[in-house]
Amino acid sequence: MGRVEFLENLCKGCLLCTEVCPKKIIVQADRFNKQGYKVVEIKPENMDKCMGCGFCSLICPDSALVVYKTVQEQACA
Amino acid sequence: MKEKIVFPKPKVLADSPMHYCPGCQHGTAHKLVAQTLEELNLVEKSICIGSIGCSVFIYNYLLVDTVEAPHGRAPAVATGVKRAKPDKIVFTYQGDGDLASIGLAEIVHCANRGELVTVIFVNNTVYGMTGGQMAPTTMVGQKTTTCPGGRCREREGEPLKMAEMIASLGGTAYAARVAVNNIKNLKKAQKAIANAFKVQVDKLGFGFVEILATCPTNWKMTPLQANKRIEQEMIPYFPLGEFKNCLGENQ
Amino acid sequence: MTKRMFVKGNEAVCWGALAAQCKCYFGYPITPQNDIPEFMSKELPKRGGVFVQAESEIAAANMLLGAVASGVRAMTSSSSPGISLKQEAISYMAGSELPGVIVNMNRGGPGLGDIGPSQGDYFQATKGGGHGDYRLLVLAPGTVQEAYDLTIEAFNLAFKYRNPVMILGDAILGQMKEPITPKDPVIDDSEVHNWCLDGAQNRPSRIIKSLYLEDGALAAHNLKLAKKYEQMAQEEVRFEEFLTNDAELIVVAYGSIGRIVKTTIRKLRQAGHKVGLLRPISLFPFPKEILLSLAKAGKKFLTIEHNLGQMVEDVQLAICKFATTDFYGHLPGNLPTPNDFEQPILNSLEK
Repeated sequence: MGRVEFLENLCKGCLLCTEVCPKKIIVQADRFNKQGYKVVEIKPENMDKCMGCGFCSLICPDSALVVYKTVQEQACA
Repeated sequence: MKEKIVFPKPKVLADSPMHYCPGCQHGTAHKLVAQTLEELNLVEKSICIGSIGCSVFIYNYLLVDTVEAPHGRAPAVATGVKRAKPDKIVFTYQGDGDLASIGLAEIVHCANRGELVTVIFVNNTVYGMTGGQMAPTTMVGQKTTTCPGGRCREREGEPLKMAEMIASLGGTAYAARVAVNNIKNLKKAQKAIANAFKVQVDKLGFGFVEILATCPTNWKMTPLQANKRIEQEMIPYFPLGEFKNCLGENQ
Repeated sequence: MTKRMFVKGNEAVCWGALAAQCKCYFGYPITPQNDIPEFMSKELPKRGGVFVQAESEIAAANMLLGAVASGVRAMTSSSSPGISLKQEAISYMAGSELPGVIVNMNRGGPGLGDIGPSQGDYFQATKGGGHGDYRLLVLAPGTVQEAYDLTIEAFNLAFKYRNPVMILGDAILGQMKEPITPKDPVIDDSEVHNWCLDGAQNRPSRIIKSLYLEDGALAAHNLKLAKKYEQMAQEEVRFEEFLTNDAELIVVAYGSIGRIVKTTIRKLRQAGHKVGLLRPISLFPFPKEILLSLAKAGKKFLTIEHNLGQMVEDVQLAICKFATTDFYGHLPGNLPTPNDFEQPILNSLEK
């Protein structure tokens, strides 16, 4: 299970992330950031499809998104 | 349930936004270099030799000690730094105009001497900063502001294949060409960049990585179209792969 | 007593560099300074230093830029055409505030010229041969001992001002042999560690650059550099005065030519002629004050150079309020002797 946090002020709307997302859930939003770039988003209803693979953050030239992955607690002794 | 960040951004990469155009893969290349420096624990002994081109502001993004070399001369400056301080990790970051045109003598002799430095060479087939002029790596038929009718073989010759040229030199210990247009290639690029630094760490010789990259603005394409061009036009002419690797086992 | 050595001017420069603890040398073959790379290739590695023969003078100058950026004492040398190739890197070193030492054994020009002596690079050296408002501190040795001493000075001044420094000799000085007394100078580069690049360890990363794009940044940077040049003018002027007090005519000549003129002056003095010599040793900063005071004292002036007239402009500028200078240019390609200068001096004396 994973989720993506979009740092919208760093995004330049290049859409490279939309191509590498295996689940195809990253889409162009209809909002613009301060610099006038059209940013990307994951529709809230699709966020649960995110498996936290991080491909989008790998391909992003501007480190404009942060991917979280939930990890099982190590069963402590 | 605890959450952890996947592929956290390297600390040595500044938080400030970069000036690169949307979809320009200089940003990606910066991140890969930053990741490598952190993974190999080299940050605190690294000295970057910046070059003249779009990446001239690398010192604002890659927070390591940096000296700005005159256009094309980064390999010579790197030679001076490394010879003066052999215990430091020295690398240049150059574009195709800087390295393959005005700086060709410097890169060839730096590699041939086997200088223990690493060169990150970003090939986007144009002079980006100055507005998209023809470069030594401009593809045949590719239109630029100084070959408006498209590069033609009879007048401008064919694009220079740097990775192969550098691999042919005795002093080179590692030479590869990579791309960052998809995850598979990007992961190979990460390994190649690490190897190019390892040959320096292990004192095996000169390390070189050519990174095929997009220049949407000067190619007059959208970032996604530019990224496709890497696959469809550039990789067929500029094949990816390792052309020389003296690392042996510890890759 | 340290043992004296009988060496060529080129070698004296190298011994001076070694005495100044030069660690790296980057060179390229060109007559008449070949003894310098040859000597360094033998002697530097023996002392744990670095010698690199670069692929071009351009590469050598940029290797120098890199080495000094890491805070190490380093040098390059060449002769006229090679020095022209180094100009961009020299301008970058001035703009990036880097202490490179550059040696030029001036040969005949322009173009390929010849391999004989000439002073045709005076403008290039003192007015900045590269682009932008920068200056090199330029020292012109007239003897082999001075070639040794001034090279040591050059390193200290380069690091004091964090600015490139040039030793401007010529083919005569480079190839001539004379005894020298070596020195053991004290070197103190301690403050280098405040600015040099040696890896950002528990400190922020450092940037050595000359690009200033933000509003007003380049202007401020140029003013900062200009202050250095003013300080040089206050503190680093060097010259030799010879029999100027009672002289009616002051001959102004530097380097090897200054020294040959000195012999001519001794001879003319024996014949009762009241002539003296003012030999600039620092070409930048130029010895303006002493020239002005001599002009105020009513002296006549004759500038003698081994070119078609370059330093004469600076002499004229210095004395223009009170005097004008004659000029005699020994033509490049012709080896000067003391008697060549006798008649020109007498002509100016009689005027």
